[in-house]
Amino acid sequence: MPASENVLVIEPGRAERHYWRDTWAYRELFAILAWRDIAVRYKQTIMGCLWALIRPFLTMVVFTVVFGKIAKLPSDGASPYALMVFAGMLPWTFFSMALAEASNSLIGNANLISKVYFPRLIVPTAAVMVAFVDFLISFAILVAMMAWYRFVPEWHILLLPGFVLMAFLASLGPGLWITALNVKYRDFRYIIPFVVQLGLYVSPVGFSSSVIPAEWRLLYSLNPMVGVIDGFRWCILGGESALYWPGFWLSIVVILFFLWFGVRQFRRTEKSFADLI
Amino acid sequence: MPDTVISVENLYKSYLVGHQSAERERYSSLRDVVARNVRNLTRKTADLIYGRQIVQGDEVEEFWALNNVNFQVNQGDVVGIIGRNGAGKSTLLKILSRITEPTKGRISIRGRVSSLLEVGTGFHPELTGRENIYLNGAILGMTRSEIRKKFDEIVAFAEVDKFLDTPVKRYSSGMYVRLAFAVAAHLEPEILVVDEVLAVGDVQFQKKCIGKIDDVAKQGRTVLFVSHNMVAVRSLCSRAILLQDGIIINDAEVNEVADRYLRDGIEAGGLIEWNDPAKAPGDHSVKLKSIGIFCGGMEPGKVDIQKDFKINVEYWVLQENNRIIVSFHLHNSRGELVVTSGNMSSVSATYDPWAERPYPAGLYRTSCIYPGRLFNDGIYAVTVFINDGSVDRHHVLEREIVKFEIVDTGFMREEYQGPWLGSLRMKLPWSTEAVTVRPQSSRELASS
Repeated sequence: MPASENVLVIEPGRAERHYWRDTWAYRELFAILAWRDIAVRYKQTIMGCLWALIRPFLTMVVFTVVFGKIAKLPSDGASPYALMVFAGMLPWTFFSMALAEASNSLIGNANLISKVYFPRLIVPTAAVMVAFVDFLISFAILVAMMAWYRFVPEWHILLLPGFVLMAFLASLGPGLWITALNVKYRDFRYIIPFVVQLGLYVSPVGFSSSVIPAEWRLLYSLNPMVGVIDGFRWCILGGESALYWPGFWLSIVVILFFLWFGVRQFRRTEKSFADLI
Repeated sequence: MPDTVISVENLYKSYLVGHQSAERERYSSLRDVVARNVRNLTRKTADLIYGRQIVQGDEVEEFWALNNVNFQVNQGDVVGIIGRNGAGKSTLLKILSRITEPTKGRISIRGRVSSLLEVGTGFHPELTGRENIYLNGAILGMTRSEIRKKFDEIVAFAEVDKFLDTPVKRYSSGMYVRLAFAVAAHLEPEILVVDEVLAVGDVQFQKKCIGKIDDVAKQGRTVLFVSHNMVAVRSLCSRAILLQDGIIINDAEVNEVADRYLRDGIEAGGLIEWNDPAKAPGDHSVKLKSIGIFCGGMEPGKVDIQKDFKINVEYWVLQENNRIIVSFHLHNSRGELVVTSGNMSSVSATYDPWAERPYPAGLYRTSCIYPGRLFNDGIYAVTVFINDGSVDRHHVLEREIVKFEIVDTGFMREEYQGPWLGSLRMKLPWSTEAVTVRPQSSRELASS
């Protein structure tokens, strides 16, 4: 049997020349890991994937009552407050879950990491896909609510996939960085739930970002989720919600920076994962 | 001129290990404890800021798991890698399979490598057998179409066809292992790297595994095989590499290396001791302090075939334990398990009250006396288990950690001086009876 001609060289600190091609070659493993996480997620539960509907729905009800009815904050234009909250809730739930799943993904797959080689990048990315499936399920609530309020979206809604991608990248960047740190320093396991909880109130989920005073709005957009949530509302609510463009571009820049930073940090430490995990 | 498929040059790998300094035992006032913890926290914070690895304990040491390793493997070679625990075998395999990277040195490999460092890597208990075949196959590097093609073969090999749609968490451990190995066995790599996967499963199954590896080798593929099982190594491999403390001390024909490995334990003295619990084998609650074999009037590790000998194990119990059971396995130099025993009440010939009593933290010694005039002469290896009586979780499990030699001092040797075969050499009560006796006739005498 002739040996194949591709020669693999293993050396310390050797950046793999074909890293991205290698990652692409492992796309089946990526698909199967994502499928595994999704298949396992609601096993042995009574409600099954209904959980993906119940949680955002109840949060939306509470926020509508607290921010809309008790605090009497204004909605975007003439759109129903509940609809506005849910349009923000969707990307936020996706982001927070993707971040949490990605951050714990390497530790959760420690047995794989210490026994088999594959490009480690596919583990957190597959974890984000789980959050994406939940996102698709809860999207059904949005459709139902729009029918309930007889709210017809404008052409903006066609741009929604672009903002979904934006939310995906916004969670992947920090997720990669934190999961790599988590391998070495388990402190981040405790930091993430806290950050996610805090972020819910810092980001314009329960209220419209138009309530932020104009002079602070650009600074507020340093939070990348501000751009994503505003974008979602712009797509879903149409003309009722105006997009604040300087803030939007700033959010894009912040997201891209974190993505670049996350991938860089991840790749730097990737080879020592098996020793530290 | 054979083709070199693996070439390892000047390979080094170091790990950082931390341990508590000796100071800990001497001072224990609150002030010292606080001061030490503050110092540790400061150091860890500094490590975090500079991106260094966090190490527990207050002394950090660099440990070389591999120290200048060089070898080459040719196309079609079947090479055994042997050595005691901690000799660097697993580290070497991990580097070869790209799981971790070396500290220094270079390896070049020609061909597709599949490594089996464990059976059933990535098996998910909630998924069914069918789903796990696809999952595990993908993890081991097979494409979906490859798995689909071999699916029936895998199921037949594992003998689990009735339970394909049952979650593997409901499988018996035997079924689980069979399924896991079946997937791995159907990989078609150019280079196969196998680590002690044979340590699991029953004897029947181990034979099947060895047979499968042998098939791979016969097809002219290259195999690297790590094992403690000298019988398997001798039968599979043509060449072996002996590692000790990260250094290759012998790289030659398999029988020569295996003999050297078996001899080495004796030269180590038949007594191993650890003075620092942080470095001793064991888990967080029980650590081994020493293990030795003693026979009256002889140095540790040497046993007179005619005399009783004692295997003695000392261990620290670091936190209170409800129940601790100590057991030993003795393997002979052919790798056969000769005897297993433990201090459980129904197993021990003398009653050991500690087998049923909670253990407060402290240092303990458990010993077992083996009778003389029972085992054949030769080299034996002791495997020590310390657990709570269950078989799947061990505080201490050190395979073939110490060896001893039963020396033939002429027992039962007046009539026959050649090699004595068999595992045991004991005096058994023989007798002969005349069933019918007839006087021999003169005709019969004449014909003989």
